Amino acid sequence: MSIREDQNRFKSIIKGKVRDDFKRYVTSGELIGKREDEFVKIPMPRIDIPTFRYGPKQNEQGVGQGDGEAGEGSGKPGGGKGAAGDQAGEHMIEVEISMDELAEMLGEKLELPKILPKGAKNILAEKNKYSGISPVGPEGLRKFKQTYKKALTRYISSGTYNPEDPMIVPIRRDFQYRSIKKTPLPHTKAVVIYMMDVSGSMGDEQKEIVRLESFWINTWLKKHYKGLDTRFIIHDASAKEVDENTFFKTSESGGTLISSAYKLCQQIIQADYSTSEWNIYPFHFSDGDNWSGEDTRICLSLLKEFFLPNVNVFSYGQVESKYGSGQFLKDLQKEFTNDDRLTLSQIEGRDKILSSIKDFLGKGK
Amino acid sequence: MANLTLELEAERKKIRQIAKDCGLDFFETVFELINYDQISQIASYGGFPVRYPHWKFGMEYEQLSKSYEYGLSKIYEMVINTDPCYAYLMEGNSMMDQKLVMAHVYGHADFFKNNVWFSKTNRKMMDQMANHATRIKRYIDRHGYEVVEKFIDTCLSLENLIDRHSILNGPQKMDEIRPDAKKDNFLFKVEKPYMRNYINPPAYIADQKQKQNEKNMQKSQFPLSPVRDVLAFLMHYAPLEDWQQDILSIVRDESYYFAPQGMTKTLNEGWASYWHSHMMTRHILNDSEIIDFADHHSGTTFMQMGGYNPYKVGIELFRDIEDRWNRGRFGRAWDECDDVRERKNWNKNTNLGRDKIFEIRKIYNDVTFIDEFLTEDFCVRNKMFVYKMNKETGKFEVDTRDFKDIKAKLLFQMTNFGQPIIRIEDANFENRGELLLHHTHEGLDLQPNYMDATMQNLFSIWKRPINLVTLMDNEAQLFRYDGNQYTKHSLTDNNKVGEGEQQELPKA
Repeated sequence: MSIREDQNRFKSIIKGKVRDDFKRYVTSGELIGKREDEFVKIPMPRIDIPTFRYGPKQNEQGVGQGDGEAGEGSGKPGGGKGAAGDQAGEHMIEVEISMDELAEMLGEKLELPKILPKGAKNILAEKNKYSGISPVGPEGLRKFKQTYKKALTRYISSGTYNPEDPMIVPIRRDFQYRSIKKTPLPHTKAVVIYMMDVSGSMGDEQKEIVRLESFWINTWLKKHYKGLDTRFIIHDASAKEVDENTFFKTSESGGTLISSAYKLCQQIIQADYSTSEWNIYPFHFSDGDNWSGEDTRICLSLLKEFFLPNVNVFSYGQVESKYGSGQFLKDLQKEFTNDDRLTLSQIEGRDKILSSIKDFLGKGK
Repeated sequence: MANLTLELEAERKKIRQIAKDCGLDFFETVFELINYDQISQIASYGGFPVRYPHWKFGMEYEQLSKSYEYGLSKIYEMVINTDPCYAYLMEGNSMMDQKLVMAHVYGHADFFKNNVWFSKTNRKMMDQMANHATRIKRYIDRHGYEVVEKFIDTCLSLENLIDRHSILNGPQKMDEIRPDAKKDNFLFKVEKPYMRNYINPPAYIADQKQKQNEKNMQKSQFPLSPVRDVLAFLMHYAPLEDWQQDILSIVRDESYYFAPQGMTKTLNEGWASYWHSHMMTRHILNDSEIIDFADHHSGTTFMQMGGYNPYKVGIELFRDIEDRWNRGRFGRAWDECDDVRERKNWNKNTNLGRDKIFEIRKIYNDVTFIDEFLTEDFCVRNKMFVYKMNKETGKFEVDTRDFKDIKAKLLFQMTNFGQPIIRIEDANFENRGELLLHHTHEGLDLQPNYMDATMQNLFSIWKRPINLVTLMDNEAQLFRYDGNQYTKHSLTDNNKVGEGEQQELPKA
């Protein structure tokens, strides 16, 4: 039966539509809410073949059955299948799109180059683990419990099991053995460290932009690195490490000392991620209003001496807030012209998310 | 083929005999036991195991299998109108369910065989569908998947433009609608052969022929009369390649095959429900199954608020009719009787009920069925009403319980399948080879965005501009799509289509 082919064809049409409409999905939070481990679910209106048909007025009337006087409510609003359900566009189905496909779409749309891991140590190591079950194997690896269960099932289903005399004799078919499963161990490891300014001038809209960007950056990097670590740092005048949820929800009021975040980030890297083994991607989002020129100087020297030599690429995104845009971006530009270990991006609003993702990931590092 | 378990096979034999004893007359019915995934697959193919490749079946499958897996819906019964009939039972249903389905299926099988609207159906449709699939697959090999798929999409978009009333008298002959099909009627009758040259001199014939040709040139009405079977018309007269013509004919064939089922939904389901209920309660059920049966049966015939349930209306009407004809509650004397008490106790012991319902299953369709047998008494007894959306509260409300309104509403829903009636009026509109369609407005406007997209599809087949006359927002309008853009003209000032416009049209 070829229904699978038709089903796949249908799914690919749907995916084509998602691809055509990709920008909308990138700039609205729709996908992130539907995220599961391996895939996202995208609500998709049923695609229809157009025909000459009656307009929606038809569905506002119908024949029903039951008690009630004229003018009285006739029960449940929306009332069941015939009433409103047949109208076009109301059939919502969800399509599952794997993270890999999503990353591919992103790559295709933005023409992103493949990332070359640092040191090119991308050989996967393999580890053997006895986690599988197989019907053949050496006697030494026989699993007694599974074999017994299998035999018992056979007895019961064939009706020969006698509870009075519960003797089970396994036959060849029942035997179960442990078997080796190979699990690949990724050699190239990567960590993304997100830093965000949560001072008073960063509003909800700015944070939403950061959230969207980080989702897409993760999606893209995950495609290239199996086992991607993410760490989150928030800062105003002081910095602390938080989990993902807190990261996007926290609002502080107070001044901004960017260097505090950079210092904490440096500590994390030094403690957990040896720079020879890990591909490190620090991202920093801020509105660019640093407290003092003195602090900016500290940041610049940290970048120059620690970050740039040790990380794959250091990314800074300046989100425009309602108070305008700060000075930090310009300071960085002035200091590190033409240094491709540092990417800078200015994000004026939601519309610029795509182009800013391209800024960040377009270097293929 | 049949793979029933011994137990089911025994029941099948029993039920088949009971159905025969009840007077049901059906094609031999082959039951197959399949699992939920198979049933979803077959259901998405409209009941046939082999159909041409198209994504719409995949979409159907995606929805059916998902909604089964999430526990939202379950397909109990599926039966295919072929000879022999094929019916599917789902693995894992309870024995009572299986018996119910079998009894129900024999009702359908009887209906398929005897109802007059199915008399012209191809009973070898199983083979025909497979044949269609092979042909389309061959075109795919030859012209590429996407090209063929796109064309099928176009054809499916016009799928409902067939003439449902031609099912009985056969489709309109497409060469009879041409203007030159008119016979030479200028010749005088000649009794004696030797008089021929004197009565109809050659000069006169030549003269008349020339006149006729000129007349044809001036006003070649084509088609001679409006055509309902738009698909057939396009097949014959649209500039299509052979394979495109063939695909169009496949889509049309299948559309005609499914049409009678849509025209007899209430009747067919009512009939099958009537018989499953009759057979189950009198002959088949054992004591322990009564509750489950009652539960299942009332689930099927439950009229949801706002939903029209053909099972419910059908079975109730059949029971009502049987009762009326058993007691002689029909004919002039009954209609003219105004005495409430007399009506209430009316019983002439005519006992014609069974005969009457068998007659109905033979010669009626949904429209004639409702039109003739939905009575005021019935509506009152079944508490029927027309509901309406209250725009202020956003809720559905009982609009009226007036019998005439209920009946009008029900009949309207059924007319032409609930599809708009659209005819080809002129295939040489404005003498420019454009297509002029006419929508018979019956109170509801066409949905504009679908209309535009469908006109676009028509254009891709006809390859000349498409015009559609319809009533939109209470104003007669002519919509036109010329391959690039849509235009519309109001027709309220000059009712004659086209006349006023000819001057407006640019001479590009």
